Amino acid sequence: MLLQVNNIDVAYDEFQVIWNVSISIDQGEMVALLGPNGSGKSTILNSISNLIQPTNGEVLFDNKKIHLLPTYMRTKLGISHVLERRRVFPFLTVKQNLLLGAWNGEAKIQKEKTLDEVYIMFPILSDRSNQLAHTMSGGEQQMLAIARGLMGIPKLLMVDEPFLGLSPKMIEKIKEIFNDIVNKGIAILFVEQNVKLALKMADRGYVLESGHLVIEGKSDYLLNSEKLKKVFLG
Amino acid sequence: MTIEIIIQAIISGLLMGFIYALIAAGLSLIFGLMGIVNFAHGEHLMLSMFSSFWLWTLLGLDPIISIPITMLILAISGILTHYLLIRYILKAKMIVQICATFGLSVFLRSLAQFLWTPDFRNVGNPLLEGRLEIAGIFIGQPQFYASLVCLLSFLLLYLFVNKSETGLALQATAQDRKAAETLGINSNKMFALGWALGLSCVSIAGTMMSNFFFIFPDVGVHFALFAFVAVALGGFGSIIGCLIAGIIIGLVESLGGLLIDPSYKLLYVFLIYLIVVIYRPQGLFGR
Ligand SMILES: Nc1ncnc2c1ncn2[C@@H]1O[C@H](COP(=O)(O)OP(=O)(O)OP(=O)(O)O)[C@@H](O)[C@H]1O
Ligand SMILES: [Mg+2]
Repeated sequence: MLLQVNNIDVAYDEFQVIWNVSISIDQGEMVALLGPNGSGKSTILNSISNLIQPTNGEVLFDNKKIHLLPTYMRTKLGISHVLERRRVFPFLTVKQNLLLGAWNGEAKIQKEKTLDEVYIMFPILSDRSNQLAHTMSGGEQQMLAIARGLMGIPKLLMVDEPFLGLSPKMIEKIKEIFNDIVNKGIAILFVEQNVKLALKMADRGYVLESGHLVIEGKSDYLLNSEKLKKVFLG
Repeated sequence: MTIEIIIQAIISGLLMGFIYALIAAGLSLIFGLMGIVNFAHGEHLMLSMFSSFWLWTLLGLDPIISIPITMLILAISGILTHYLLIRYILKAKMIVQICATFGLSVFLRSLAQFLWTPDFRNVGNPLLEGRLEIAGIFIGQPQFYASLVCLLSFLLLYLFVNKSETGLALQATAQDRKAAETLGINSNKMFALGWALGLSCVSIAGTMMSNFFFIFPDVGVHFALFAFVAVALGGFGSIIGCLIAGIIIGLVESLGGLLIDPSYKLLYVFLIYLIVVIYRPQGLFGR
């Protein structure tokens, strides 16, 4: 297994929001993390990145325990995390944003090469390379955020709500890009609220409800599951 | 009043302006990076001046020669300030942050009084002495070179922050600390670097000023005040804003002193500040 999250609990101060959640992802898999608003999807990605430290349980990457490593040490291992709402650096250019994605280790050495590859994947970013990030449209910023994540040459790319606020055309584009990424052997763990959309893309899915994992499995199985309907329709 | 006198005032205002700009740039860099106002900025300036004074008195090193030593001392104190104090208050309430750096300023000033007494000191017979005469205009050599060195340092800082990889990582950390962390940037290290750079700016200004200013524990207060005004006037976090604001303050101080009354210099500076802030609360170059 590439990533293993074993029985984590997460709390903000005293307030527990994640109970005993386990997730695992293999190399080159595309996995969706589903759940209604406030169910704890972002919190799980954030605890994999150690933006918030789990109070219990462990996180393993390449079979090494990583839950005590500070956030900034993860890119070196091969984890890229595209945060909720894109979080590009607004007053830096597209190119500067991208190069900052290759800050560590091997990625830094390879950055010119990776930049060329990323520009081929996202021609718009190449055209706009000297534009300030905050002047890009929402969809373009989402592409920039994903591309910046790829600049770290990850083995695992985590993306929090990649489709939020995007036009159908843009959604199609990102779907294609996700397929290209997994075809290269990079695993993707993404958070999404639109169950149908997510499960049509992903190999597998996990479903959260109020901080508990309620159902998991292959996409086809989940799509036909009664329990899933109950979680989302109440 | 002759035209020469006015030109003279403009030039000396400009020269002081470049010094104010560098002091303000240090303050602005730290604020822009982590949202902390260094209320001890004036005291760091004072320490730089004392450092060059003692290096001259004890080791016979002229300020222009001891610049690297003072810079190193201040850069290291900046790093220590971050790791021993600021790191713990980054997430605290603003009032806590204000008390921390304000407390540091009171502490450093009292420490200077205790160690070195409130006496006024100066560097006697520095290498830079006397005046330059250009077309009937006289410029003090120490002032001229202080200004030149500060302007050059300012430009170097600007290039570093905007062109170097590390400078861009500093900006990234300033704009979105969490996102920077997820890309592998150690924000704590960036903050420490910000303090080192910020206090290095002050140290260069302080060392060059020790050639022509009296040195005493309260010497930084007035300059810190101008630095705060420059940062607010130029726009919080904008480095170019510091340069323009520094020049404005230098000119207003000098021309106001000449044309109206030198005892109200501070008043003119704050008046300009108020006028700008009423029309542009984010400052001239603020976002
Ligand atoms: N920084 C925080 N401090 C306190 N509570 C938080 C914090 N962040 C999230 N929470 C709480 O944790 C729970 C899970 O939040 P989280 O953001 O992980 O949900 P989510 O599934 O990503 O929701 P959404 O779909 O709205 O993004 C919510 O109850 C939320 O209020
Ligand atoms: Mg979320």
